[in-house]
Amino acid sequence: MDFDFFFQQLINGITLGGVYALIALGYTMVYGIIQLINFAHGEFFAAGGYMGVILISYLASQGLHPYACLAISLVLSMAYCALLAMAVEQLAYKPLRQASRLAALLSALGMSIFLQNGLMLTQGVYDRAYPTEITSGGFEIGAVSVSYMQIFIVALTAALLVGLNILVFRTRIGRAMRATAQDKVMSALVGINSNRIIAITFAVGAGLAAAAGIMVGLYYGSVNYTMGFVPGIKAFAAAVLGGIGNITGALVGGLIIGMVEIFAAGYISGEYKDVFAFIILIGVLYFKPTGIMGENVDDTRV
Amino acid sequence: MTIRESKRLWLACGVGLAWFLLLLWPMLGIKPTGLEFGQTFTVFGYVAVAAVFIMFFYQVKEAGYLDSVGTPLKNATGIVGKVYEKTPRWLLLSIVFAAAVTYPLVTGRYAHDVAISVLIYVCLGLGLNVVIGLAGLLDLGYIAFYGVGAYTYALMSLHFGISFWLCLPIAAFVAAIAGCIIGYPTLRMRGDYLAIVTLGFGEIVRLILNNWMSLTNGPNGILSIPRPELFGYDFRSLSSMYYIILGIAMVTILAVYRLNYSRIGRAWEAIREDETAAELMGVNTFLLKLLAYAMGATFAGFAGAFFAARMKFVGPESFTFLESAMVLAMVILGGMGSIPGVILGVLALVALPELFREFEMYRMLVFGGAMTLMMLVRPAGIWPAKRVGRRSEEAD
Repeated sequence: MDFDFFFQQLINGITLGGVYALIALGYTMVYGIIQLINFAHGEFFAAGGYMGVILISYLASQGLHPYACLAISLVLSMAYCALLAMAVEQLAYKPLRQASRLAALLSALGMSIFLQNGLMLTQGVYDRAYPTEITSGGFEIGAVSVSYMQIFIVALTAALLVGLNILVFRTRIGRAMRATAQDKVMSALVGINSNRIIAITFAVGAGLAAAAGIMVGLYYGSVNYTMGFVPGIKAFAAAVLGGIGNITGALVGGLIIGMVEIFAAGYISGEYKDVFAFIILIGVLYFKPTGIMGENVDDTRV
Repeated sequence: MTIRESKRLWLACGVGLAWFLLLLWPMLGIKPTGLEFGQTFTVFGYVAVAAVFIMFFYQVKEAGYLDSVGTPLKNATGIVGKVYEKTPRWLLLSIVFAAAVTYPLVTGRYAHDVAISVLIYVCLGLGLNVVIGLAGLLDLGYIAFYGVGAYTYALMSLHFGISFWLCLPIAAFVAAIAGCIIGYPTLRMRGDYLAIVTLGFGEIVRLILNNWMSLTNGPNGILSIPRPELFGYDFRSLSSMYYIILGIAMVTILAVYRLNYSRIGRAWEAIREDETAAELMGVNTFLLKLLAYAMGATFAGFAGAFFAARMKFVGPESFTFLESAMVLAMVILGGMGSIPGVILGVLALVALPELFREFEMYRMLVFGGAMTLMMLVRPAGIWPAKRVGRRSEEAD
């Protein structure tokens, strides 16, 4: 067995898995709080990736250091996607809180198509490349090569996860979020403004997705307006795998999906790598719909 | 409407527009060469004018100034409705039928092309209508069956030289089997999870079509698929192809109509309204849900075989998720569970955009927007089905 190849794949898998975990967190938090599969979440991810390209290339042309460009763009893109998500929530989901689940799901699907095409119309159908002075560079341990970008992605993912953990488990807003997820009516009775909490949840989830979008852009070197769809579904698979509504679960699920994808591409077949994520999704939903770390939910919710 | 309410409405409109500008400008206005404003403000201007116009219209309507126009209009539609009620069904249907038959004789090539794609989507929409409208199973991978039908005809006719007419039932049968294969593992799921699993299956089928080089020729697709032939008559012209799809669409409409009002259709509706109650009343939900998938897939298989024959080419990019979403949008827009509704939905989303060809870029944008808007203002569609309830598990 070729260990160098194995470790190389392991590193790639961790990098990609962390990114999927970040997207999955948005799905899981939104589902946990209003039981809606937010199809448009993949589009927030794509919009984040585009915002990254736009801002980095603009700031770089103004003569800033590439890493400073990256840092500023990251923060601005996250803010942008948070605003976008709040607008989408306000327009397409809030009026449907009392409507049937199907109506909300289709509204989300419509929003996803709308945003994807909005992105195409404003940014064009062709790939946009990230500047190479940011994406290149790295070192080697033995025969295993690690790029600076991979280290950056893993570090940023970890930092964002720690930040999210603090937000959810250490702050008043986080407590209100958890309370709303558990019981909307009761939390409203004790004075929590559930509409505000839902808006904040959307904003936080989209912010994480935007960061993931930039990281995927850096990892693959370019972005495309259709990039939101497949990673969105894979991240949803990760959220389901980990147990939807569970934040630790999303992280574990994301890492598993990332690993499976990279190892399947490396050892089985590169063309069919996406199929394995879908098979995991279907398998988990078939055999254990509550996921690895999810608690047993009422049958009717499934 | 009081002044205060009106003020709040305009304030909300203003905030919304400001927010929109905030989202639009970074996407359009930041260029590596510098910041740019012209294009953003042109787009923003159009949207703002449209929004203000809609708001104004809404206010005038709420204030009752339009009653002088609205009330006679309502009366008029009432009268039309009464006339429609009184006219015998066979008369209306024969008028529609005569118009459909004479259509290619009085129109040109381009119109034939549009009519053919309308009829293909009618078949697809009605097939999906069986699955989602009657049985209440949300299927986001429906286009996979269309793909299976198209590839079945393409491969059968090229490798074995089987004629179109024999392939039509074979394609439908193969698609129905694919429907059962996809349907079987999803039978335990409901609602959102079902949607996402069918989406996954649809993507798997597309990836297989895209990557199984030896069978499907991968992304290059299959070329030079033969046109149908009947007793030596070659359906070379577009108008003769129109008659084939018209026949298929009519069979589909008739079949879906008969299914809807059969015992099976009733059972599907029972499952849609309340699965647990239906099961308790002795409906075999397992078999009937599987049958719904198979029936829906059958019509998609017909449409797929025709599509392959009409285009003389099949490739995996014709069967993407977006295509599924489009068919779904047609069913939703028209009205789930209602046959005239679905046909209306197809006309609205296929024929109308042809009239505005120069705006073709905005087509999918409008699809998405229309889908969301429809859910917000009229979730049952333009021509809703007569009997639709609400699933019991969604009531809480």
